[in-house]
Amino acid sequence: MVEEKIIKEIKFGILSPDEIRKMSVTAIVTSELYDEDGRPVPGGLMDPRLGAIAPGQVCMTCGNDAKLCPGHFGHIELARPIIHVGFAKYIHDILRATCRRCGRVLLPEAELQRYLKLLDRLEDRWPLLAKLLVTVVKKRASKVTECPHCGERQYKIIFDKPYTFYEDRPEGRIQLTPLEIRTRLERIPNDDVRLLGLDPQSARPEWMVLTVLPVPPVHVRPSIVLETGIHAEDDLTHKLADIVRTNERLRELLDSGAPQTLIDEHWALLQYHVATYIDNELPRIPVARHRGGRPLKGLAQRLKGKEGRFRGNLSGKRVDYSARTVISPDPNISINEVGVPVEIAKILTVRVPVTPWNIEEMRKYVLNGPDKWPGANYVIRSDGRKIDLRYADRKRIAEMLEPGWFVERHLHDGDVVLFNRQPSLHRMSIMAHIVKVLPGKTFRLNLLVCPPYNADFDGDEMNLHVPRTEEAQAEARELMLVQYHILSPRYGGPIIGGLQDYISGAYLLTSKATLLSIEDVVDLLSAAGYRGEIPEPAILSPKKRWTGKQLVSLFLPKEFNFRGKARVSAGIFACENEWCWNDSFITIKKGELLTGVLDKKAVGAEQPENMMHWLIKEYGTDYARYVYDHMFKMFIRFIEKRGFTMTIDDVALPPEAKEKIKEVLREAEKRVYELIEIYKEGKLEPVPGRTMEESLELRILDVLSEARKKVEDITVNYLDPFNNVFIMARTGARGNELNITQMAALLGQQSVRGERIHRGYLGRFLPHFKPGDLGPAARGFVYSSFYDGLSPVEVFFHAAGGREGLVDTAVRTSQSGYMQRRLINALQDLRVEYDSTVRTPYGEVVQFIYGEDGVDPMKSAHGKAVNIDREIERVIGWRV
Amino acid sequence: MAHVISSWDELKKEINEMLSYARSKLPKRIYEELEVKLQKTTETYGLSPEEARKIIEYVLSEYEYSMVEPGEPVGTVAAQSIGEPGTQMTLRTFHYAGIREFNVTLGLPRFIELVDARREPSTPIMYIYLDEEHRYDENKAKEVARRIEFTRISNVASEIDIDLVNLRIVVRLDPIMLEDKGVTVDQVKKVLEKLKLGKVDQDPSDPLTLYIQLELGESFSLMDLQKKREKVLNAKIKGIKKIRRVIIQSMTNEEGKTEYFLVTEGSNLKEVLNVPGVDPRRVYTNNIHEIEEVLGIEAARAALIREMKDVLDEQGLDVDIRHIILVADMMTITGRVRQIGRHGVSGEKPSPLARAAFEMTTQNLFAAAARGEVDKLKGITESVIAGRVIGVGTGMVEVRMNPAQVVKSMKGTGGEATGGGN
Repeated sequence: MVEEKIIKEIKFGILSPDEIRKMSVTAIVTSELYDEDGRPVPGGLMDPRLGAIAPGQVCMTCGNDAKLCPGHFGHIELARPIIHVGFAKYIHDILRATCRRCGRVLLPEAELQRYLKLLDRLEDRWPLLAKLLVTVVKKRASKVTECPHCGERQYKIIFDKPYTFYEDRPEGRIQLTPLEIRTRLERIPNDDVRLLGLDPQSARPEWMVLTVLPVPPVHVRPSIVLETGIHAEDDLTHKLADIVRTNERLRELLDSGAPQTLIDEHWALLQYHVATYIDNELPRIPVARHRGGRPLKGLAQRLKGKEGRFRGNLSGKRVDYSARTVISPDPNISINEVGVPVEIAKILTVRVPVTPWNIEEMRKYVLNGPDKWPGANYVIRSDGRKIDLRYADRKRIAEMLEPGWFVERHLHDGDVVLFNRQPSLHRMSIMAHIVKVLPGKTFRLNLLVCPPYNADFDGDEMNLHVPRTEEAQAEARELMLVQYHILSPRYGGPIIGGLQDYISGAYLLTSKATLLSIEDVVDLLSAAGYRGEIPEPAILSPKKRWTGKQLVSLFLPKEFNFRGKARVSAGIFACENEWCWNDSFITIKKGELLTGVLDKKAVGAEQPENMMHWLIKEYGTDYARYVYDHMFKMFIRFIEKRGFTMTIDDVALPPEAKEKIKEVLREAEKRVYELIEIYKEGKLEPVPGRTMEESLELRILDVLSEARKKVEDITVNYLDPFNNVFIMARTGARGNELNITQMAALLGQQSVRGERIHRGYLGRFLPHFKPGDLGPAARGFVYSSFYDGLSPVEVFFHAAGGREGLVDTAVRTSQSGYMQRRLINALQDLRVEYDSTVRTPYGEVVQFIYGEDGVDPMKSAHGKAVNIDREIERVIGWRV
Repeated sequence: MAHVISSWDELKKEINEMLSYARSKLPKRIYEELEVKLQKTTETYGLSPEEARKIIEYVLSEYEYSMVEPGEPVGTVAAQSIGEPGTQMTLRTFHYAGIREFNVTLGLPRFIELVDARREPSTPIMYIYLDEEHRYDENKAKEVARRIEFTRISNVASEIDIDLVNLRIVVRLDPIMLEDKGVTVDQVKKVLEKLKLGKVDQDPSDPLTLYIQLELGESFSLMDLQKKREKVLNAKIKGIKKIRRVIIQSMTNEEGKTEYFLVTEGSNLKEVLNVPGVDPRRVYTNNIHEIEEVLGIEAARAALIREMKDVLDEQGLDVDIRHIILVADMMTITGRVRQIGRHGVSGEKPSPLARAAFEMTTQNLFAAAARGEVDKLKGITESVIAGRVIGVGTGMVEVRMNPAQVVKSMKGTGGEATGGGN
């Protein structure tokens, strides 16, 4: 085993030529990789001394096998110095600020000393100010034209990106060779280097001009052996081969005293190869390509971007012990549970130490083996050897099992796992669940946890991870379990709660009209898993009947008091207090639901300061889970028994209503045409700051939306308020009155970018209209409803409007995703310290008390530390 | 049930001890609210001392429970709480915010603008409230509005032509616009004279037409004439730079009176504050940088919080104010407004690895190498990269039990060593 080390810090710097040579195991002198026998050439890029990667191969440098050999660097002695492209910018800065003869920073000695002292003071405590000082020094020094130290006249240095430098001398613009640049950089004294923002210990400026190039070990650039036996080399190897080839050629030319132009040509080529080896996306130079035309990957390309080394492999990693499949609903499991297919449970394993107390159980698992659940896939002996149970004699191993061994046991009921759905936008996107192994091929989850994951079942997939260590399992169980995340830290209210049928069910069950026979009561309570007494019926004669409110009360704590409006309390169903016929004011006294119906406001998700919120806050998460698991099941059991659907008749309007709607629309149309008439006469009074056309559009939109509002009122009036569609809209289960209007009466104005639809043909949207027609129909007002059906032209308008919505969503997700990434990156290091301050990891105080009052939003009552009204209600609510 | 008391004074005597205990434990604001609400409840429903004590007990325990725990990764939670609803924000840039005349950027684009700390909002707007004298009179408010609104010749002229025959520029003024902007012909004339293009004459027959007799050298081109015309067009008559339009709005203030105030398109806080008639304490702009410059960093922080909260509220998104405060604090902690991103908060992190992992990977690495930077691996990203435990939440704890040490000490005291660690 390799010794475990904890990295304390990482120092960055530039490798000096000496260092490169010291850490190198060999100089690379030939671009050839293999000889005729296919063996790597010594002194070539695949030299075996660079490390062992093939299994069984022993490293010629360290003597380790492929598993343990860390790889060893080689080096290339460059025939001529080469500019390191990554540092070209810094080289330019330095050349401009220093003397071309004596190498000093172009400021008087006294000033330099002063700055140096200042830098000493700033460097550790105020790194940002030190940076500022450096920029000031650079700026001032680069303006000087005569060296205050040696009196040498300075010329302007021109940096031609990415790696060429010129000097504007009186005789003309002369190119500076890397050789010259390097000698100039060498002359700069250490103190002056510091003033230029570099650390002379770890980054002497001349090291920015390469004389020796390190060659990374083969581990970094493994070659792939194809079936045909041909080696396919890594991009870096190709690039390095180019460098070696050019370098050797250049060396030959130099040795043979070739003409300067030829040497320069090869020098430039070497510069190009080294530059593209480091970064192959440099501006203004051609991209180095593979023979097939594919651009080669430089070192920079390996690190950069989302799939690069940093974001792709270091900040985020691919993991073992995880699974992914489609999700489907299961209202019968707890919100804390997740249904895991047997097939997956047989692959994911937990490593369990064998103890005298579990040895029999472990033997059973081993005997069952990898194919029979619950079994085990591996056994690890106390010496660390791993036995694969697929190929082993399981009976023998089961007998050999002894404390100190480990068994890689299948996942089984009661294990804790992490469950996740992307995009992971908040911490409730990854929660711990308790495993429940089930038949089937999908993950199963309770419907109530859909809101935090933002999941539905139209093909969504989710991921599952098994925490491996006891520490991780304990943390998952104690901190990440679903029941600890019922309250959202975003607004301090429940984010888990009923949706759709749960809400309709709760409403119908608790409605005054619902009377239940003993059979119903028993069925509902057993579905909810209620163990206890059945209460006295609300009606004794002529037959015993119970109300839904009585059943709900069975699940409420005995001293719970609550008063509040239901969501249905609006319009004609409004209630101001419990003395109200409409039954839309919830009163709970001493755990007894006396009046009011439960709807979205009471049991729905994302509804702060409602009944569920106070139940969770006052009675704890265990109780909350109990309510979600049991009481809510009663709601869907009831709606199942009763039956709940919608029919086309639910949105059918009587002819009388249709006539009224037509009248409203005629009226609106008339007014629109009047407006157009006024506009055409030029008498329309403009809205200040807007053109005539804009003013007209605004007015017309007003008229039409007003008309639509009127139509909505008519529609709502004429439809049966107790049909299922209406119940859904009113209770908040699904849809709203606008949706109903669109189904029953008319779709209304379609819009693109907030305006009536007008672009398309010249002066008209479609050729079906006259050019310049400004009427409602020509600009996207849809008179038909979904019930009636749309005319072809209307469908087109509707599609134009609908398309905008789709585009909007697509653009928005990317924009808000990026914003969130930046927010997370900027804020992630902050934490609350033991002294209650909020600090960065460097000890800078951001807030003296978190949020100005030290209150955790998740544990607050919708933002307030204490809701005093609620505390009073809690105590005396039973009597007021 | 114990006796119910409906006199606050009487009850107060009974529960005095508990109240003073609560006073010592609770912040002033919460305590005061508690006392007021207890009094009210006593007077309406009556309270027994036991009930009152129970309420106070509940309040105390709820308050204590609501405190943040050390190690809470408040930054991440804040970022998630703001970022997650971002997906639900509208993308449409323009929305009417109460005022029909202006378009105001709202929703996601405005929010991004705020965290980006852009120099200039895409729709700068000011709300200018007026002093006692001008507040209640629409005409007086208009007077102030005219002082503020930036007016150029082009705003009041109906036509500006070049008369090539007489080599002069003809400016025809629009009487309606003159009236609207409150500009007199004399004022315009003075402005034109100040331009020093030549002599300015008024047409004897039409006082609204002005001639500028150009003084030109021997050689001139049409381009010169065009340039001079441009100069006339853009000449400032009055008002404050950058304020393109002013609109007078009215509202009912706390005193129940109708108060007039100004809303402007464009923003220039520094100069508006000096305009007579303006109540400088109540001037507001949505340009954060202007606020920072004129009123300081604390004001900028407050403005950031307000602007961000307003955007979220307008979209109907429920986000706790503490998250927004944290973002604003992070942006303003250095004494100037920093962007959330590579040119601000993230770009100024001391850790080169964290910077490289965020954006501009190679540039940051090269810079770190040149400066010889050291990464102390204290932040989250760096810890993840180096495979260390991250320093928030349960990872914050640095004191840990050393099982070997425990075994040793147990042996020393003669106790039986059990378990041990591996």
